[in-house]
Amino acid sequence: MRYLYIAGSLSVLWLLLSGHFIALILFLGGLSVLGVTLILWKMDKTDAEPIKLRPGYKFFHYLGWLFWQVVLSNIDVARRIWSPSLPIEPCWEKLDTEVSTTLEKTLYANSITLTPGTLTTDVSEDHFMIHSLSPEGIEDLRKGEMQRRILKIGLKS
Amino acid sequence: MSILLDWASGFFFFIGGLLCITGGVGLLRLPDFFSRVHAAGVTETLATPLLLTGLMLQMDWSLDTFKVFMIMVLILATNPTATHAMAKAALIGGKRPLVANQKQESKKGDQTSKT
Repeated sequence: MRYLYIAGSLSVLWLLLSGHFIALILFLGGLSVLGVTLILWKMDKTDAEPIKLRPGYKFFHYLGWLFWQVVLSNIDVARRIWSPSLPIEPCWEKLDTEVSTTLEKTLYANSITLTPGTLTTDVSEDHFMIHSLSPEGIEDLRKGEMQRRILKIGLKS
Repeated sequence: MSILLDWASGFFFFIGGLLCITGGVGLLRLPDFFSRVHAAGVTETLATPLLLTGLMLQMDWSLDTFKVFMIMVLILATNPTATHAMAKAALIGGKRPLVANQKQESKKGDQTSKT
């Protein structure tokens, strides 16, 4: 069932990217979709922990919020770069985290890196190492709003 | 309507270009590798999507619009991985980030090591 879902979305993606409806090309497209699904099936069997990310409404809601944060922190970093006195105080500190599953950790670390001004340099069992352009960046992360929103999506790995 | 679209895409191009220059200036002004990564982040996370959005507004509505959108998604999805790989490689290579309270000291050390 899951593989049907994957093959279906892959076919839609292929059609959107190709835009040709000739029999031969459609056939080749179908063949490649089949190949990718087959490889995925074999990989799931080998490592025995299939990753299930169902992009639902909550996930896209989080992405919208994340993009807004990216815009805000871009403005902040641009302001710091252009001010003549260069008001930066780089710091490199430990950030305690509560996210538990691999998928949530990946999402959290990548979200931190995506917003300019903060950068994940290391991921451990219960903490990340964060490099930040200013102490405010790390303080904002410690308040934990991003983590709360990620936990609210409810990803099960 | 098309004048409106032209103005909107012009606005996106302008802001995107400005942010690209900001990233370049940041690369030159900031003191060490790790803070320069943040400056590069400005060009990647906001300037590129803005430029691509400007492009999409200039295009006729077709499948190509979707392809440009896919490029945008791809850049945004791969950026954190590349940035993290770069930072981790620098750490493993023995580079340590400058921290604010010992800024002066390490700056001096950096200069002496260069000369």
